[in-house]
Amino acid sequence: MDFLTILQILDSTVRLATPLLLACLAGLWSERAGIFDIGLEGKMLIAAFFAAAIAYTSGLVWVGLLAGIAASIVLALLHGLASITFRGNQLISGVAINFLAAGLAVVIAQTWFAQGGRTPQLSSDARFANIELPGAATRIRDIAQQGPLGQTYSELISGHSILVYLALACVPLTWWLLYRTRFGLRLRAVGENPAAVDTAGISVVGLRFAAVLIAGVLCGIAGAYLSTALSSGFVKDMSAGRGFIALAALIFAKWRPWYALSACLLFGFFDAVGNRYQNIQLGEFIVPVQFMQALPYILVVIVLAGLVGKAIPPRAGGEPYVKER
Amino acid sequence: MTDAPAIELRGISKAFGPVQANKDIAMSVARGTIHGIVGENGAGKSTLMSILYGFYKADRGEIFINGKATAIPDSQAAIRAGIGMVHQHFKLVENFTVVENVILGAEDGAMLRPSIAKARRLLTELSEEYGLKVDPDAIIEDLSVGHQQRVEILKQLYRHADILILDEPTGVLTPSEADQLFLILERLRAEGKTIILITHKLREIMEITDTVSVMRRGEMTNTVKTADTSPAALAEMMVGRKVLLQVDKTQAQPGEVVLSVRDLRVTRGGVTRLKGVSFDIRRGEILGIAGVAGNGQTELLEVLGGMIAASGGSVSLFGQPLDITGTAANGQTRRARGIGHVPEDRQTEGLIMPFEAWENVAFGYHFDPKYNSGPLMDNAAIRADCADKMARYDVRPPNPRLPARNFSGGNQQKIVVAREMDRAPDLLLVGQPTRGVDIGAIEFIHKQIIALRDQGKAILLVSVELDEIMGLSDRIAVMFDGQIMGERLPQDTDQNALGLLMAGVTEGAA
Repeated sequence: MDFLTILQILDSTVRLATPLLLACLAGLWSERAGIFDIGLEGKMLIAAFFAAAIAYTSGLVWVGLLAGIAASIVLALLHGLASITFRGNQLISGVAINFLAAGLAVVIAQTWFAQGGRTPQLSSDARFANIELPGAATRIRDIAQQGPLGQTYSELISGHSILVYLALACVPLTWWLLYRTRFGLRLRAVGENPAAVDTAGISVVGLRFAAVLIAGVLCGIAGAYLSTALSSGFVKDMSAGRGFIALAALIFAKWRPWYALSACLLFGFFDAVGNRYQNIQLGEFIVPVQFMQALPYILVVIVLAGLVGKAIPPRAGGEPYVKER
Repeated sequence: MTDAPAIELRGISKAFGPVQANKDIAMSVARGTIHGIVGENGAGKSTLMSILYGFYKADRGEIFINGKATAIPDSQAAIRAGIGMVHQHFKLVENFTVVENVILGAEDGAMLRPSIAKARRLLTELSEEYGLKVDPDAIIEDLSVGHQQRVEILKQLYRHADILILDEPTGVLTPSEADQLFLILERLRAEGKTIILITHKLREIMEITDTVSVMRRGEMTNTVKTADTSPAALAEMMVGRKVLLQVDKTQAQPGEVVLSVRDLRVTRGGVTRLKGVSFDIRRGEILGIAGVAGNGQTELLEVLGGMIAASGGSVSLFGQPLDITGTAANGQTRRARGIGHVPEDRQTEGLIMPFEAWENVAFGYHFDPKYNSGPLMDNAAIRADCADKMARYDVRPPNPRLPARNFSGGNQQKIVVAREMDRAPDLLLVGQPTRGVDIGAIEFIHKQIIALRDQGKAILLVSVELDEIMGLSDRIAVMFDGQIMGERLPQDTDQNALGLLMAGVTEGAA
């Protein structure tokens, strides 16, 4: 395996890790504030649909992105209403949101486009183009001519959509907000002990809604990335369990932003390897392609079961706050 | 202005549905004094303080702070009015540092760094000024309960609280921690702060307060100068009748040995909790185990009660070995051998809180033929038995269908006591029988324990309350660090001598 092949796998790792990372950070914001969110998947899916649909009809990908974010926020608010305002069970609310999104996206797609629950193929204007950084070679023949440093720059660092860079920028931003600002301190406190926040005279409900909203925005970007950057259009169930893998990554990362980046890159790497090596020959035996496609999910299970030490979730996670004396 | 009382309440009333929690309460607290509020559980103390701190809104009445009528619709308003509250259960974020907890909600700006730097400086000043030494960068969960309480007080001082409300502050403290707290409170008073102390421990009221108000059934019945009253008088005002603070008991008549413990060892979570404990208890005798919580008393009760396994040693009951390896040891086999167990924590070990009283009364004795008819439980019989026990053990309200969590602490404890003591076990294990229980119920439970002893039963009493140990025990063993430091007769010792033993100091060293 030459250096360029490794770079190509890493390049595809970054692309595949991006939606995981955005969803994982969404989960991080929500759960740090004490709201479990297994509806990441559904929010991503609904955002993927609306982003593709609106990008197609308007021809403007940025409008599509905003539509995706808006759709995701609507579901996030629904989750907030159920689990914060009405103190419902957060897991059940999340499951409901996943079902709602899966059904709604397909039904609306069929009504609008009549293409069997998908959106039409997006033209290149209605997609996020890859950004070539200055000085980067674009053609594979030119890249092959470069030295290792140049290859790394051209193949791995350059040539991603703006959303990839945005997702990466969200990691330090999340860290800074959580650990360096008043808002972050209060948000973390509300996920650990809402009573402490309440007696300090700060609104528990307000903080938790803020967290759920941020999660909505991030899931919206993740969904839009799936349908307008990673592929060109929406198809049924295109989130393919990424919302749940993101939750797994969140546990693996123990609810910390930089670790979330590493975890998502690891899971993205599994995905990239599974995609690239579809038919591996081991002597006489050919590893079936289905196995290679399932491999990332199997590896996630192994990582979660074997490698995660003691992961302590935010202590007030999953519990509606009821004010007492 | 300066002569106006720090707090004045006029005509405060608050009802929860049909229950009148506060009835037309008037109270006045002079600046720079410590004012005690006593009353039984459910007398309305907590409700009143919650109104003052903005958790509840009073139905009627006015609050004057420093002579000025002040509306307190929420906690933020209370903080602005200079009122700080230290809750019984601390409101701290356990995995945050001290300084983070102190600034939470009182940050100076959107960025944390300057707030934290300033808070660290101020904390150092405050801790020197008031003798509240705490490391600003320590994580809360690594601190002792006493230090966590200091953080709560510092939190209020950081918010410039002039009026401090402390709700049952010594309930979780060791005697020496409580003494330190009182020194801090005296210091605060000397600096001109006003303190309201809610407690049910009359000794603390007598020791530190200037004035004391008594609440009973939602009303403030009396306010007196502490110097002009006595514990007995206060207890009478609280309960509405004469109360015996000292237990009346005759000389013990010890008989044959019931329980014999030899070199008992317990290791839990890699830590040795019991390091070879030996003692005997005879018929008609109460052995009291004194000690600061966490020195092995819990493990001792749990091994004897069949809840955990010992790692070594032997226990016998009437000369017959008792299984302590855990294979045949459980609450049920213990009860079959005539051992009753009132566990230390009634809410997690003694009762199932959402279950109704009659169900709780049957636990551990649910195979008793009188509770069963054929393969089915005879629910009517259990309810009838529960109603009978409730009447005899004065459980209020005497309703077998009420879930355990709806009873007050004292009445919950009476349910456990009724279940465990009514069958007159040969050996009764009792842990913290009166923790969080009001005075009337304490008197009742103590009488029951003495009555059982006088029937010729053996009793092992574990308590962190020295008063209780001194008042009930016929012999006192002091535990420290998993060992028995020494045995004393209550008439030959005093609280100071026991306190030294509890701290691990033996005569030779002292």
